Amino acid sequence: MIRTRGLAYAYPRGQALRFDDVAVPQGGTLLLRGASGSGKSTWLALAAGLLTAAEGELVVADQAPASLAGGARDAWRARCVGFLPQRLHLSDALTVADNLALAHFAAGLPVDRSAIAQALAALELGALAARRPHQLSGGQAQRVALARAVLLRPRVILADEPTASLDDVACAAAIGLLRRSAQGCGATLVIATHDARVRQALPEGQVLAFGERVGEVGA
Amino acid sequence: MNVFTLSWRYLWSRPLATLLNLLLLSLGLASMAFVLIAQDQIDRAFERDLAGIDVVVGAKGSPLQLILAGVFHLDVPPGNIPLAEVRALQQHPQVAQLIPLSLGDNLQGFRIVGTTPDYPAHYGATLAQGALWAQPMDAVLGAQVARATGLMVGQAFVGAHGLGTGGAVHGDSRYAVTGVLAPCGCVLDRLLLTATESVWRVHDDMHASDDMDEEDRAAIEADREVTLALIRYRSPIAALSFPRFVNDSTALQAAAPAMEITRLLGMVGVGTRVLRGLGAVLLGVAALSVFIALWSAVRERRADLAMLRMLGAPPWKVGALLLCESFWLAVLACGLGLLAAHGLTALLGGMLMAEQSLAVTGWQWVATEVWVPVLALGVALVAALVPALGAYRVDVMSLLNSRSYP
Repeated sequence: MIRTRGLAYAYPRGQALRFDDVAVPQGGTLLLRGASGSGKSTWLALAAGLLTAAEGELVVADQAPASLAGGARDAWRARCVGFLPQRLHLSDALTVADNLALAHFAAGLPVDRSAIAQALAALELGALAARRPHQLSGGQAQRVALARAVLLRPRVILADEPTASLDDVACAAAIGLLRRSAQGCGATLVIATHDARVRQALPEGQVLAFGERVGEVGA
Repeated sequence: MNVFTLSWRYLWSRPLATLLNLLLLSLGLASMAFVLIAQDQIDRAFERDLAGIDVVVGAKGSPLQLILAGVFHLDVPPGNIPLAEVRALQQHPQVAQLIPLSLGDNLQGFRIVGTTPDYPAHYGATLAQGALWAQPMDAVLGAQVARATGLMVGQAFVGAHGLGTGGAVHGDSRYAVTGVLAPCGCVLDRLLLTATESVWRVHDDMHASDDMDEEDRAAIEADREVTLALIRYRSPIAALSFPRFVNDSTALQAAAPAMEITRLLGMVGVGTRVLRGLGAVLLGVAALSVFIALWSAVRERRADLAMLRMLGAPPWKVGALLLCESFWLAVLACGLGLLAAHGLTALLGGMLMAEQSLAVTGWQWVATEVWVPVLALGVALVAALVPALGAYRVDVMSLLNSRSYP
């Protein structure tokens, strides 16, 4: 569940971004659409509790991240938010399985090897558990990053440009996996994208359009 | 998976840089530890041999030479002194004990020392085999001498003239081995002990000729000499007056070993300071190298670290990873450095033993060594502080901003 009302963010240099209100039920899909640099990343960062809004209200998974202090906000993010970055950011120093274990480590939880095996198996990655990320194909690496994002069964999955530089077939497969994974753990799925194919693949999703900057905060 | 195991994995994900830093850090710590251990061992070796000897009396000359010759058996003695004068000193009210030593001969470079049973008793030596000498020409071997020469109780040997190897052999004067001392870790280990009279007899025989009459023998008897005497005072107050008394009113020289050794170690101290300085420079270089390695690790892994923050790791945990990586290096380098330093000291001990010099063992824990781990952890902390702060403050937003990220 994600709900915003009158949300606005002020950059340190005074530029301001206002966001349209959204209300997405738990398990729903939200597409952030717009060209790069239009504020999608800022919205994602607000939703992940990495930035704090200047105005308005943002509730993600029954929690307003802005109301949590630093440590509690980190713990909340570990528990409730799964993140699929555009560049995946898998660590080459670790095996595929240990890259997933990083999620446990970061959340301060004991490593649950059976949960890792399950998450990998669900994305048909079981045979690759002992490999290093640089030994994987692009599609395999994205599935590993997705497995890491859903490992702790988050309430919200934030995906940043998951289909950039994918061909049509791979794009459809990636969107399908994302949707199935989100459904698998009942998570709300948020996809930031400038790719029209994503909209076509997910017609049921709400759309938050970016592109116009709307006035100064407080004006 | 915890901070320790994860930082260990990150550490060895760059094996070359890690090994290089480990080597540098180990070398720096090893040289520091070596100075500490070697200094302690040498001090200890001197102290053991010195214990309870308040003053050494011998012929006029260099006081340091007299000490090195008489107490540590490292140098040649300055000359001989008349037995009559030594006997007179023995009657001096301030003298509690006087041990005469007569040098002059050797066996394969090990000195044959003519003395009284007081000498082994002074060092608390015990016999491993046999018994002390009962008559002239009986000899007791130090542990190292027995090991090196292979002589056993009941066997006989002849000494060679002089204190180094290669002197003329006293062919007619055969010593009989009556005992072997247990190792004491002191100077006795590398000496052969015999009665003072044995040394006289060997040299009488050398100078004697068949046409010597009774008068000549009586003259020799009156000219009896020893090389030097070790003296223990009755009370410490004697240290103020006794050496001056000997130096001013007799033809002998008195030298206080403690003072001379302090002077000697002071002269050698420059060397240990240089070595310690070198160790400090090495440690500084190691710290810089570890810093550079960690700093570049933070730059390379900024995305990894930011991802950890994104996955919900608090900043301190990310910073701790870097600190821990540095501490792993310190712990490993500390172990390797101490091992190397002890090995080097053992090697030094072996070399000194081969040269029949001080008794130094490498495998003994020295109290001052606790500074080595402290130093290692300090260097690790200093080197990792800035990189860890960089990791602590890593910008998670960079993950979302694909253009600013390669």
